[in-house]
Amino acid sequence: MKAFLTVLILLMGLGFPPALSQTLGPVVPKATGNPHPEGNLFMRINHSKLLLQDRNLTVRLGDRNIGASLKACVACHTSTDKNGQPIPINADKQFCSVCHEYVSAKIDCFQCHATVPEKKTEAFLIPKTSDSNALAAYLKETSE
Amino acid sequence: MSCSLKNGSELPALKFNKKPTEMGRREFMRSGAALATITLAPGVTLMAFGGKAEANANPATRWGLLVDTNKCTPDCDACVTACSTENGWKDTGHPETDAQWIRKVDLVDLATGRETSLPVMCQHCENPPCVDVCPTGASFKRADGIVLVDKHICIGCRYCMMACPYKARSFVHEPLTGQKSYAPRGIGTVESCTLCVHRVDSGRIPACVEACDAIGHRALIFGDMNDPESDIAKRLLAYPSLALRDDLGLNPGVRYTSL
Amino acid sequence: MQRTIYREIKLTPQIIQLAVLLVVFILAAGGAELYIEEYGHIVTGMTNQIVWGLPHVFAIFLIVAASGALNVASIASVFGKSPYKPLARLSGLLALALLAGGLAVLVLDLGRPDRLIVAMTKYNFVSIFAWNIYLYTGFFAVVGIYLYVQMERGISPSVVKVVGTAAFLWRLALTTGTGSIFGWLVARDAYNSAIMAPLFIVMSFAFGLAVFILVVKSICGLTGRAFGARLLHRLGRLLGIFVAGVLFFVAVQHLTNLYSAQRIGVERFILLSGGIYTQLFWFGQVLIGGIIPLVLVYHPTGGAKPASILTASALVIIGGFAQLYVLIVGGQAYPLDIFPGFAASSSFFDGQINTYTPSLPEILLGLGGVALALALTGFGMKILRILPTTLSDVNVDPLNNSGKGA
Repeated sequence: MKAFLTVLILLMGLGFPPALSQTLGPVVPKATGNPHPEGNLFMRINHSKLLLQDRNLTVRLGDRNIGASLKACVACHTSTDKNGQPIPINADKQFCSVCHEYVSAKIDCFQCHATVPEKKTEAFLIPKTSDSNALAAYLKETSE
Repeated sequence: MSCSLKNGSELPALKFNKKPTEMGRREFMRSGAALATITLAPGVTLMAFGGKAEANANPATRWGLLVDTNKCTPDCDACVTACSTENGWKDTGHPETDAQWIRKVDLVDLATGRETSLPVMCQHCENPPCVDVCPTGASFKRADGIVLVDKHICIGCRYCMMACPYKARSFVHEPLTGQKSYAPRGIGTVESCTLCVHRVDSGRIPACVEACDAIGHRALIFGDMNDPESDIAKRLLAYPSLALRDDLGLNPGVRYTSL
Repeated sequence: MQRTIYREIKLTPQIIQLAVLLVVFILAAGGAELYIEEYGHIVTGMTNQIVWGLPHVFAIFLIVAASGALNVASIASVFGKSPYKPLARLSGLLALALLAGGLAVLVLDLGRPDRLIVAMTKYNFVSIFAWNIYLYTGFFAVVGIYLYVQMERGISPSVVKVVGTAAFLWRLALTTGTGSIFGWLVARDAYNSAIMAPLFIVMSFAFGLAVFILVVKSICGLTGRAFGARLLHRLGRLLGIFVAGVLFFVAVQHLTNLYSAQRIGVERFILLSGGIYTQLFWFGQVLIGGIIPLVLVYHPTGGAKPASILTASALVIIGGFAQLYVLIVGGQAYPLDIFPGFAASSSFFDGQINTYTPSLPEILLGLGGVALALALTGFGMKILRILPTTLSDVNVDPLNNSGKGA
């Protein structure tokens, strides 16, 4: 519930005109690749739960084809500097840190995980299909 | 309930559980039990991302490594270099605290003077003491016999390092940057050879084995010891081999010939 | 004879000075912890060879002493020795405080102390470490209740006895668990042995009582309370029995190992050729922590003197630290024998004696644990009625004194 409220506040900030939102809310860098079929709102609310759950599939079961992996976040959401070099995703104003600093939610993911994509060519496959009914049910569950 | 896992392909997708927070509390304390919980109630899983969970860790498989010490030469450390490059651990000039996932050990037989050289890494025991002693369950053995550290729940107590008979584990003594995306490793946690689990899961062989082959020594053979048709199983059948610290009854997945 | 009256201690300038000193040590340990967490364990002396070092020596000493400190209370309420009864409350409080200090050091030395919540929520029940987490938290609960039933008015002595017995059994389990952390390490010749559990129990008797004697004598001195020489002598003789017990178990431990050809190497290292570890064993553990205290407390004329008993207690503590240092660090300094019958060498220190030099942050962290234990004890005595107004022999042991005119 706390996470949900946090995201709501964030979204309110994002809803303001650009000039205002730059002072009120975090400015999230643009990503590459296809957008999440579930929508950004869904990911903003649920990314931590998804990552937490899917990490176990990879670590414990060896499932490498999971929906939510940190590697995949990094692959699409890392910005590049003017020389075309990737900027660490946890650097100041970058994708992960911009919101997490804004809401003071400390993460330790990047003490272990790579902060830039392995190779420039590493493209992550955004899931092609999305069951909208399942998503709706899922959202209903989490908001209960 | 667990038969679907044994087949290795027909697991329902676990991607989105009905109640992720609840799930979080009981997840994988004993992975078998948690799996049962999930597979018993397939109706409660959602398939937002679609597809099935692909458990590459197949319980019918026992990944193993056979080291032919006759083919391993004292001056060669291709396997060590390959592992270091692959997994991103390196010499930082602090030999006592630097991690070493694999090392070359030079031996002299005290009775005969015969010299041998061989690599030592995590022996991926069937009964791993590191897994037994780990208070949180971070140290665990996959269904296919690969022993790993789940660094998400490792608290850095180092009891596993006290328990390992092979000195196979290292503790990360310093903050790290520039890790490999497929080999996360970080400060305050324990780590060891993963048998290149990220490669194995995609059907490749460990970096050390590849490097040993590339240099032409072919002293390392990797494969499924449970598969009678595999190269490793045939060699284990045909030639005598032994496990290090055999007396402890740990049944390691790494075995040595001509030692 | 007066009735035993328990009163909070009063803040004298001396006690305030002592409290400030303890707080300084605690703050220093906090700083050391933050420093280690920020820079990693590279700023300690611990390595991939010596994975447990000085913090573990301090932590295990405090944990072992904690269960031993409870003994005085157990003797009073479980074994019905009334002279010890006025000391029972302090015994319980000191046990809790020592355990808290030890656990603080243990937890703050973790690679990821920020993940303490993981240790509290995820358990591998095959691990004796995981069991110990329950034994430690349970000890707080059981001893807490024990203190309560002792201090609350109108609770029948039989209830106190039942709770006291539970606490006594729990502390035996706790020390068994602590010893088994080492005893169950099948891979290491220096440890793997069932004797670790009873050895740790008898060590806890000795270390805990030694700490108790020094704490109770000091606080009585600081607060102007009488402390009978006869009571001290009694405690001193008891300490002697425990110290002899430690020596006995240590002798059995090493003699058993010496009989096994496989373990000759590590025994030769500890007993003969281990440099600092050999010196700590013979001079620290055996001589200072064993033989000299025995002579002091059992000396026909000097044994009854308070100074002898206080000195013996201090020496037992020094010897205890030496013993744990030899056990924990010395046991790791001797290399693992992965290839019996071969001489091994590698870039990862195979076949080499490992070196260890404790760094300042580690020392501060350990001392901070001791300071925390003492500060908590003092704080408890300040806010609760722990300490009797007098512990003079007349009050404590009237029967024994009546005929002897003490």
